[in-house]
Amino acid sequence: MTVSSGLPDIPSAAGSPTPLVRVESLTKLFPMSRGLFRRPSAHIHAVDDVSFELFEGESFGLVGESGCGKTTIGKLLVKLMEPTGGRILFQDDRDTAGGQTLTDIVDTSGKDLKEFRRKAQMIFQDPYESMNPRRTIFDTIAEPLSVQGIGSPPERMDKVRDLLELVGLTPASTMLFRYPHELSGGQRQRVAIARALVVEPTFVVADEPTSMLDVSFSTSIMHLMSGLARQLGVTYLYITHDLAVARYMCQRIAVMYLGKIVELAETEELLSNPLHPYTRALLSAVPSPDPAHQRDPVNILGDVSAPVNPHPRCRFHDRCPMAAPQCYVESHPPMEDHGGGHLVACYRV
Amino acid sequence: MTPQTDPQSSVPPHGTEPAPTNLTAARVRLALRGFREGWSIFVESRIGVIGLAVIIIFALMAISHPILMATIWDEATYDPVTGYAFDQIEQPAPPSWAHPLGTDPLGRDVLSQLLSSTASEFILGIVAALVTVSIATMVGAVAAYYGGIVDTLLMRLADLVVSLPGLSLLIVLSALFDLNLFMLALLIGVLGGFGGSAIIFKSQALSVSVKPYIEAARVAGGGRLHIILVHIVPNLLPLSFLYMMFTVTGAIFSEAVLSYFGLLNIRMSWGIMIHTASTAGYLLGGTKYWWLIVPAGASITLLCSTFYLVGRALDEVANPRLRRR
Ligand SMILES: Nc1ncnc2c1ncn2[C@@H]1O[C@H](COP(=O)(O)OP(=O)(O)OP(=O)(O)O)[C@@H](O)[C@H]1O
Ligand SMILES: [Mg+2]
Repeated sequence: MTVSSGLPDIPSAAGSPTPLVRVESLTKLFPMSRGLFRRPSAHIHAVDDVSFELFEGESFGLVGESGCGKTTIGKLLVKLMEPTGGRILFQDDRDTAGGQTLTDIVDTSGKDLKEFRRKAQMIFQDPYESMNPRRTIFDTIAEPLSVQGIGSPPERMDKVRDLLELVGLTPASTMLFRYPHELSGGQRQRVAIARALVVEPTFVVADEPTSMLDVSFSTSIMHLMSGLARQLGVTYLYITHDLAVARYMCQRIAVMYLGKIVELAETEELLSNPLHPYTRALLSAVPSPDPAHQRDPVNILGDVSAPVNPHPRCRFHDRCPMAAPQCYVESHPPMEDHGGGHLVACYRV
Repeated sequence: MTPQTDPQSSVPPHGTEPAPTNLTAARVRLALRGFREGWSIFVESRIGVIGLAVIIIFALMAISHPILMATIWDEATYDPVTGYAFDQIEQPAPPSWAHPLGTDPLGRDVLSQLLSSTASEFILGIVAALVTVSIATMVGAVAAYYGGIVDTLLMRLADLVVSLPGLSLLIVLSALFDLNLFMLALLIGVLGGFGGSAIIFKSQALSVSVKPYIEAARVAGGGRLHIILVHIVPNLLPLSFLYMMFTVTGAIFSEAVLSYFGLLNIRMSWGIMIHTASTAGYLLGGTKYWWLIVPAGASITLLCSTFYLVGRALDEVANPRLRRR
């Protein structure tokens, strides 16, 4: 039995008919007044009615400016937060007979949650803050194993050594009992990758894992992560604000603007044929590798703001160079397929 | 990229330490290394070394009393409470060879009183400090991590305890009940632990509980108890050291005040020594009877400030931010 969705059919990157993760109308509002008994007067619409699917083995890029809700989606998908609305469906590997089942993870708890923690992991943005400064590298990487009671201590030790070698921190025995502050940012991010992979998850959220690193480190980390994805068949939700990074890492890319996905397509299609004015603006900011190639410069007006109680009309309206009266009166445009799974939310394309 | 050795080989690295063979051995080695590093930071800060030296002197004083009583001091003359210096004609007698710090108005040897009190001052301070810091750490960590109603209740309780006038409350309680030293230590510890230090520890725990490594631990599958005990409490340690030392100071001072008012059921203490001098009317006698007040008063001041200095030095040791230099 497969849960049906209102989404148009998206051709799968990996060729599998059922997605690994299906996100339906996901919404997360943050109340603005923080009091125990006071009613909040306004909400930040951090994620607003977002739907997409992730297929097994693919890297799916989530791109957008600061504050558009990328991290919030990532945290919702690994259950660090509860959504305000919508569903998050995960492929259920307990099912064996033919078709795969999707289960809603929003309300899972207890034993099911523990099981979920083995399937979905996260790599955090800041390698300096995502590790307890008082715990050794061994303790940090082995934490998922020890809290979930996987393996005996010697087995965990072997597993941690294997992972250290897998992420290129060799020789492993010199790393095991160091503290995070003895490592460089790039080395720490390798430790964070090892920690996320130690339980052999099928799905990993990578929240801008290279944005705080030097360029030399960040390319080697990206190289490592895409190699591991191929080697282990991990599915990534790869969050970044940098289209060039997404291009290197991802097979498909979704562009976010103020809590909404405005465009979603296969990487090459999105980059060569951007349809949404916001995507075009983002692309014009990325230097082209081919000097002969000239993109039309696209100007967007004004600054990005926080989506506090936003007007129901198109989120991008205020900054859009192609805005028409229709965009002003009608509600935020729905995602429409413009061929080959290239989804765009704009009345003007 | 760093030069890589063959990843398959399991030869020990060329680094300083041999490859750890088992987990326990590695942890012991790590603890020793941590201690050595901590010690070198502690030594670097002079205040810590000075403080530690003074504490050791006081500890030697505490040990010396039973030894002196067992060897050269006879009980009838030198017992701090029941002794009487028959060799002196007038009491209080000024310092002499037999009584280096003189005798008190009741004819008892002042040095013997001073030495015999040292051990109980230590016990009082350390018990009060441990109780305060244990309670404050747990209250702070639980309030910060659970939030909501648990947080509200614990913090309102803390506000209530803080709003009580501490020393006056202790005076009332010790007048109503027959408090001994240990009960006083517990009382100071509980009042401190649920009061002001709980608020400080909670704000510190709050700043720890929003760190990404707490979220990483949740994604790893860690439950609330795991996160509080493994991630939050250890990061409160620097603060604990500091507060332990402050509490020792506060406890010794409170004891002195309560003893001065004669409200404690204690055989002898520095506070009681000053109380004795005061009730016999020697406190206003200027510097003429200095040996009745100066030894006890100086000991109280010195021990209090010493624990404070050591606390500051330990704070540096326990703070990984400062370690990174
Ligand atoms: N815990 C929270 N409480 C209140 N508001 C929040 C919280 N987390 C995020 N927000 C708000 O939600 C919006 C989206 O935040 P989010 O962190 O998801 O953005 P982002 O796309 O990851 O940005 P960045 O690139 O800066 O990391 C922001 O306006 C932010 O202020
Ligand atoms: Mg973010």
